[in-house]
Amino acid sequence: MSVELVVFVLTAAIILSGAVGVIVAKNPVHSALMLVMTLFGIAVLFIQQDAHFLAAVQVIVYAGAIVVLFLFVIMLLGVDQAEDLRTEPLGSQRPIAAVMITGLLGLLIAALVAHSGAIGVPSLNGALKNGTSDSNIEVLARALFTDGVFAFELTSVLLVIAVVGAVVLSRKPKRAASKASGKAAS
Amino acid sequence: MIAALVVTRSWYLVLAAVLFAIGATGVLTRRNPLVMFMSVELMLNAVNLTFVTFSKALNDVGGQLSVFFVLVVAAAEVVVGLGIIVAIMRRRPGATADDISELKG
Repeated sequence: MSVELVVFVLTAAIILSGAVGVIVAKNPVHSALMLVMTLFGIAVLFIQQDAHFLAAVQVIVYAGAIVVLFLFVIMLLGVDQAEDLRTEPLGSQRPIAAVMITGLLGLLIAALVAHSGAIGVPSLNGALKNGTSDSNIEVLARALFTDGVFAFELTSVLLVIAVVGAVVLSRKPKRAASKASGKAAS
Repeated sequence: MIAALVVTRSWYLVLAAVLFAIGATGVLTRRNPLVMFMSVELMLNAVNLTFVTFSKALNDVGGQLSVFFVLVVAAAEVVVGLGIIVAIMRRRPGATADDISELKG
C-alpha cells in the first residue's frame, strides 16, 4: 500500500466523520469542534495535492479564526445547550431533504463517472509547475499579483465592508442603549 | 490487489461530492442558524477541495487562486452572518431559522 493511499483513506474517514458530526451533534459547541476536525482533514488533502500555501491558510483562517469566531458567538449568546433533534416541526421536511440530497449526490457522482477522463481547457492562468520555480507560494503570489491583482484589491474593499457591517449590526440599538443607561442612572 | 490501488483525481472529487451533500443535508434539515452556517462552511470546503484537485490535475494555478478568494469571501461572510445572528438572538433568545423568516429583527 502506498503512503498516499493510506493518508487519503485515513483523512477521508476523518473528514466524513467530522462532517456527519457537524450536522448530527445536538450541541452547537460539538458541531464547531467537529468542524475543526473536518477542516484539518481538508488541509491534509491540500498538502497531499501540493497546495502547501493554501493548507497553511486553511488552518490559520478556518481553524484559527472562523471556528473561534463561531465558538465566541456561541458562548456570547449562551446557546450551548443541547437541542432535541428527534422532533421535527414540519413533518415532510426530512423526507423531502433526503430525496433532494440523494438526487444531488447521484447526479454529481454520475457526472464524475461518466466524464472521468475529461480534460479541461488549456491553462489560462499559467502553470502550477513550470520548471523554473518549484515553490507553491511563489507561483501563487505571481498569479495573484499579476492576473488577479484587481480581484485582490477588491477583496480588501470587501473585508472593510464586512468589518464595518459587523460593527453596525452588533451594536446595541440606540433606544435600548439609552433605556439601559437611564435605568442604571435612576 | 490493494497495492494496485492508486489514488486518482476521481477519489478526491467523489469525496468532495459526498462532503458537499453532507453540508447540504445540514442546511436543509437543521434549524439552529449557527449549525446551518457551519454546514455552509462544509459546502464551501468541498468546493475548495474540488478546485485544488482540478488545479493539480490540469497543472493550472487558477484553481488555487480561486480557493484563495473563496477563503476571503468565506471569512467576510461569516463575520457579517454572525453579526446578524447576534443581533437577532439578542432580540429573541433561542430564535431558530423559522423565527428569522419574518425578517423583522
